[in-house]
Amino acid sequence: MKKISLGIIALLMTFLLTSCSEPKNNKIAVYMLLDTSGTYTQQIVKAQNILKYLLGILNPGDSLALARIDSASFSEKDIVSKVTFDLRPSKTTSQKREFMAKIVAFSKNLKGSSYTDVTGGMLQAVEYLNETGAGSRYILVFSDLKEDIKEGYIRDFPIEFHGAKVVALNVTKLSSDNIDPREYKKRLEFWTKRVEKGTGSMRVINDLQRLEHLLD
Amino acid sequence: MESINFMTSLIPGQPGLSIVISILIIITLMYFAREQAHQMFMIFARSLRNMLKMSAVSLKKAEENLKLRNREVLLSNGRDQLERYVEQEFQRVETLVNRDLAGYPSLQRDLREQITLINEDYVQSNEVPPQPPEWIKAVDTIAKIPSEGSPVVAKILNDIYNTLKKALDKNVFEYRKSSKNRHELLKKMLPYWRSLNTTLESVEEKISGLEGRSQAIDKHMQEYESILAKTDYAERTLSSSSLTQFFISGLVLCISFVGMYVNFQLVALPMSEMVGAGSYVGGVKASDVAALFIIAIEVILGLFLMEAVGVTRLFPVISALDDKKIKAIVVATFSFLLIFACIEASLAYMRDLLAADREALTQVLAGVTSEEPEFRWIPSVGQMVMGFILPFVLTFVAIPLETFIHSSRTVLGIFFVSTLRFLSIGFRLSANFILGIGKFLTSVYDLIIFLPLRIEAVIVPKDSDHSFQEVKSTRPKTAKGDK
Repeated sequence: MKKISLGIIALLMTFLLTSCSEPKNNKIAVYMLLDTSGTYTQQIVKAQNILKYLLGILNPGDSLALARIDSASFSEKDIVSKVTFDLRPSKTTSQKREFMAKIVAFSKNLKGSSYTDVTGGMLQAVEYLNETGAGSRYILVFSDLKEDIKEGYIRDFPIEFHGAKVVALNVTKLSSDNIDPREYKKRLEFWTKRVEKGTGSMRVINDLQRLEHLLD
Repeated sequence: MESINFMTSLIPGQPGLSIVISILIIITLMYFAREQAHQMFMIFARSLRNMLKMSAVSLKKAEENLKLRNREVLLSNGRDQLERYVEQEFQRVETLVNRDLAGYPSLQRDLREQITLINEDYVQSNEVPPQPPEWIKAVDTIAKIPSEGSPVVAKILNDIYNTLKKALDKNVFEYRKSSKNRHELLKKMLPYWRSLNTTLESVEEKISGLEGRSQAIDKHMQEYESILAKTDYAERTLSSSSLTQFFISGLVLCISFVGMYVNFQLVALPMSEMVGAGSYVGGVKASDVAALFIIAIEVILGLFLMEAVGVTRLFPVISALDDKKIKAIVVATFSFLLIFACIEASLAYMRDLLAADREALTQVLAGVTSEEPEFRWIPSVGQMVMGFILPFVLTFVAIPLETFIHSSRTVLGIFFVSTLRFLSIGFRLSANFILGIGKFLTSVYDLIIFLPLRIEAVIVPKDSDHSFQEVKSTRPKTAKGDK
């Protein structure tokens, strides 16, 4: 009987030790980059829907940020709104409301930018995501991924993504892509290789009706 | 593959001949090593068989020991249960005696008073026949005197007749009056009789209640004696009863777990407001762990309460305490349960608020505007009531839990006995099978070298063939030994 009791205690101790040794990081951090160049300003409603979906599924402790891609995006100024949800659900709900209000205000005063600094936005996103310390990190890029930077800006260097998952959303085909569809493919391949080289992963979701797989 | 190559390349350029020669060499070698090969097969098979048989015997012994232990456990459980039944019956008898028969002296006094009253009335109601006046005989004699036509005599007689008639009428009147009194007295006795009858009927009821209890005690005592005598009948009865209890209590426990799950759902979400929704304990949300902890505490308090009240007997330490301490435990556990019930009710309300807030946000995000439902308060109140009641309901889990634990000892015992028996049979069958394989291999060996064996049988006379005889004699021996 004594041996059985000791065995049970040993098992319990093992269970407790194994369960406490490596706390799993279940937190999610999402950084959404919104292209504000050219015709993309007209697609703000789609971007809003994605953000609404994210607000619906993110839990207390998760982080969410929205930043625009403009002429020079490697800057905190381009972050429209960022929040790390409180651990209390009631507080989280009010934070989500505030975030939503900011997005609505932003979409009303949205102005198009002359250039598109996708790399700068990615760098800013990686920086933000690293700071959150979340277990799962996502960069959602709502853009055509066509980079158009000002003269003098240096962006042709590798980016370290630290395991972040890049999801390119609503990657529209440009008029030049219609003339030569290989351009579109090349653009996607370029970004996929760049992300994967930087220990990240990338996928494309063009059908925005299937948002349930957004954070897979 | 290499051996086949070797066989085909024994004589270069002639693979067919090489194979034949190789086979001949192998058969010759096998023929000479026949006895050793047979011994090797049989030793190996017998060793394995013995090992398996020994294991089978050990398992059989373990099965018997376990069976004995199960029997002891079963009888002990049955004895304990019957002791509890008998104890309860005696307590009921005691209550009955204290409650009903304590008033027996007053009942007896009432009866005596009623009987005295009836007796008095009865004595008063005795019929006393009216006595005729003393002079009536003299009058009768005079009346018999013949008048012989004398008017004087006739007048006298007439007067006597009238006087007599008057006297008799008076007597009849008196008699009727006394009869009326007697009837009235008898009429007054009727309620006393009825009261007496009711009193006696109540006494009869009480006595028959006691009689029923005593019959129940007799029945339990008979079963108890049967268990003490360790009869097979008692074991069979207890075993089947134990199986039934195991399944019923298991079912009730499953339903209780559903109740616990509902309770958990009520508590888990609001608990995240206290301990945070983002913290985890070993992969499980801290709020879930906290909610489970609360439910576990409630169940434990329920167990202690049931134990202290005397419904269950899971903790002998509590039962062994004196009444004062047990009462203190009852008060303490009940108070804690009440506090937990209030906490749960408030948490349930909070859960409702959080859920409503979340729902409102979801609707805003979805772009839907909806009005507040009219009877929104009903589910809120329902959840609060459930949160308050469930901790008390969970206290009753102690009853099926106790039954389940006790009956599972027997059921698990039966299961292990069956497993051991199954293994024992399996080992015995395997032992025989392995011996059969040994014999089969010797036969296959002989089949391979059947040609030299046949030649040997033709050339060498049977009685002078030493090796063949030896092999032959070993075969029936092994067969006999194996049986």
